[in-house]
Amino acid sequence: MNIKILGTGCPKCKILEENTRKAVETAGINAQIEKITSLSDIMNYGVMLTPALVVDETVKSAGKVLSPDEIKKILI
Amino acid sequence: MAEKCGCACQGGTNLVFACSGAADVGAISDLAARKMTKDGIGKMYCLAGIGGNVSGIIETTKAADQILAIDGCPVACTKKLLERNGFGNFKYIELSTLGFEKGKSPAEEKAVTKVFNKGKELLSVC
Repeated sequence: MNIKILGTGCPKCKILEENTRKAVETAGINAQIEKITSLSDIMNYGVMLTPALVVDETVKSAGKVLSPDEIKKILI
Repeated sequence: MAEKCGCACQGGTNLVFACSGAADVGAISDLAARKMTKDGIGKMYCLAGIGGNVSGIIETTKAADQILAIDGCPVACTKKLLERNGFGNFKYIELSTLGFEKGKSPAEEKAVTKVFNKGKELLSVC
């Protein structure tokens, strides 16, 4: 599974990344987590509100800081 | 000291979808939406992305504070497309209700301003 966190590096983006790492760890999922900080790369996903969570190239959420539990539900 | 946030996570986003149709009234809807973006009332967003089920556009639209849909004529493509994709709570302008008749309404500045002002009023932007 490939997970991307879209965000230019603000606190909310960092929290989403931390929560994603927690979700992956507690769910025991084998996933590669990448951070995408380039605005043009973010825009290529059609995302205008960050942070955003992308799982296997599908945007699952935008403009929200999801909790580890919410992320786990998306991943499982 | 709090970290300065210069990204797109600030919220407070009003998204504007226009039909941008082929007729003169479609052009008015498009130009009004672009003017709203330029003047900071809202951000014009791609209606085609809603139709194309582009996940980033769908998810961003779900996170918007307010959505404004502008249709050039009573065929109401914008309204129908948003509703078909589960968006029900949006402000709405259909240009015939403002007196614009398809084929008889050149996309002139006066017309664009009238639609722009209505959109601004609906989004309650001072």
